[in-house]
Amino acid sequence: MCAVYILGPERVGTVAKNSDPGYTTEAPEHTYLEDPAALPEEDRRRMLAVGVDAGDTRRSGTFLQMDHSVVHCGVRQEGLEVMGIDEALAGYPWVQDYVWRALDAAQDEFTAYAQDRSRSGYFIRALPGVKAVYPVQACLYLARERLAQCVHNIVIVEEGAELHIITGCASGQRVMSGLHLGVSEFYVKKNAHLTFTMIHNWAEEMEVRPRTAVIVEEGGVFLSNYICLSPVRLLQTNPVAYLRGEGAVARFNTVLVAPPGSFMDVGSQVFLAAERTRAELIARTVTTGGGIINRGLLVGEKAGVKAHLECRGLLLTSDGYIRAIPELEARVAGAELSHEAAVGKIAPEEIEYLMARGLDEDEATATIVRGFLNVRIEGLPEELERQIDRALEVSKVSAM
Amino acid sequence: MLQVSDLSVAIGDKTILHDINLAIEPGEVHVLFGPNGSGKSTLLGALMGFARYRVLKGSIRLKGEEIVGLPVHERARRGIGLAFQRPPTIRGLTMRQMLAICAGDGVNAEELAACLRFERFLDREVNAGFSGGELKRSELMQLMAQSPDLVLLDEPESGVDLENIALIGRAINYLLGRRVGAPAGKSPRQVRQECVKAGLIITHTGYILDYVNADVGHVLYEGRISCSGNPRELLRCIHELGYGACVRCTF
Ligand SMILES: Nc1ncnc2c1ncn2[C@@H]1O[C@H](COP(=O)(O)OP(=O)(O)OP(=O)(O)O)[C@@H](O)[C@H]1O
Ligand SMILES: [Mg+2]
Repeated sequence: MCAVYILGPERVGTVAKNSDPGYTTEAPEHTYLEDPAALPEEDRRRMLAVGVDAGDTRRSGTFLQMDHSVVHCGVRQEGLEVMGIDEALAGYPWVQDYVWRALDAAQDEFTAYAQDRSRSGYFIRALPGVKAVYPVQACLYLARERLAQCVHNIVIVEEGAELHIITGCASGQRVMSGLHLGVSEFYVKKNAHLTFTMIHNWAEEMEVRPRTAVIVEEGGVFLSNYICLSPVRLLQTNPVAYLRGEGAVARFNTVLVAPPGSFMDVGSQVFLAAERTRAELIARTVTTGGGIINRGLLVGEKAGVKAHLECRGLLLTSDGYIRAIPELEARVAGAELSHEAAVGKIAPEEIEYLMARGLDEDEATATIVRGFLNVRIEGLPEELERQIDRALEVSKVSAM
Repeated sequence: MLQVSDLSVAIGDKTILHDINLAIEPGEVHVLFGPNGSGKSTLLGALMGFARYRVLKGSIRLKGEEIVGLPVHERARRGIGLAFQRPPTIRGLTMRQMLAICAGDGVNAEELAACLRFERFLDREVNAGFSGGELKRSELMQLMAQSPDLVLLDEPESGVDLENIALIGRAINYLLGRRVGAPAGKSPRQVRQECVKAGLIITHTGYILDYVNADVGHVLYEGRISCSGNPRELLRCIHELGYGACVRCTF
């Protein structure tokens, strides 16, 4: 087992809210498992909570990483590749060309930090024309207390291929705090289709800063669903999609619930850089006492592109706040960009309407909140829907 | 069923209803006329217990029990149902889910929807983008699932086209547990006695009287019940002389 040491200069995340935990970059190796079902019951349960089912056959592939170690990966469908990034780099020299291509390591201090310390991460690829029958699942799991987990993920969906990835990020039962810095670069080739669903369920004291960039080529489609319903000390992410090819499409759905003590600064950005590209950003945020900043940026670089951005926020208590920052930038005439933002409390008339139908005030509130968060998420597995429902139940209780 | 005594109600600091007295027996249907802004919706809202309507004095008894002070859902659970004049939209909740909420337990949504030709709305969000007439059918369908003993209808026929008004009329009779026309061998009085449900219906046009047999009519004028009597005669009087004159007439 490696020694654990707390590094002074390794500290990142200058968040004044709590005392700086001081992260470690070292973690013991976890042994590779041929059968992921051999994972301890508790870990499996936590993975399931973020949509990753170690025993499920209705998955086209699986990637599991604990701390810095890849503990399992496998594929069930020909034409799909799922492996650790190091293995991919060793096997395919050309993968190097995809590393730091969509993202610039120098964009901010955290990305730079991750570049220096990144350990593992996944490489997922669908070969040309291959349509994944079931989603590929990937789980990044934090088992060591106060670990800084930095990963680099690459996803390539080759021409005409279709892929749905479910990523769950979670931490172990005894983990209170830590840092997760995931650098992800996705490449959606000509007429390819990528749906990326990410569910976060971290320990309350975690600091989480995913860095994601996506390049979408001609006729490609990128759909992102990001869901975080559980407490997290600090979550800060602002993924970006570059629609580089004609007719490319991006859609981001974001669902956030911030309990007391949580701060979430979450956005999404789309650069509409080619003819006839389209984008839609939809965010639903709820605070039960935490702070939320919800950003959205649409940049129209060609005439005739079309994009819409919608941020809606709901305050369930008088603690907490939601700040919506929708931004539209047209760089040419004829770029059609629009936004809609609304932040407020539940209308009392809506609560009374449901009460007149027999629900008590708490039930009525929960029903409205659940409906509010119900952005229709394509292809969401049943377990996830149940998970979202459960998280909402819990947030209802803490809201009252 | 319902006994309202000396009820005064305010919205904010403004008193809207003054000393209302109203008694509705089981099996009876009352209609409420009155000009815009006279306080008709306020009365139904106060019976339902909405927070914006503040009871200044008086009492509301439902089946003998005082309900002033009870929260809205307790009144609903005791048997009051209200079809809203302008219901809100509930995003992300389907009509089908709403019917289940109204019924409390299992409900055959398809069957209910068929009664109101509302099948294609079942999987739409509650009231989202519904037209005026569709909102009325949505409200009635929800009440049918809820099956209240005291049925409060706020302008159930306004905005409804001529074809659908018969449909609405049938739905209201169903809600009130009534059949259209007295069954053979029974006088209207006997039928009424067998009905346990009661209704209070707000109407401007009175069209609904062609479909629903109402027993008593009231005119609400500037927050007071100025006149009560035979609903058709009241309607004719309002029609011919206007509210102002009708208020002074005596039956
Ligand atoms: N917040 C408020 N403050 C002051 N007055 C109000 C407020 N809300 C409603 N009112 C007034 O209360 C009065 C009664 O309104 P109500 O809705 O009961 O009328 P109504 O008889 O149902 O009219 P309609 O036939 O147009 O539906 C109206 O004059 C209305 O403007
Ligand atoms: Mg009214």
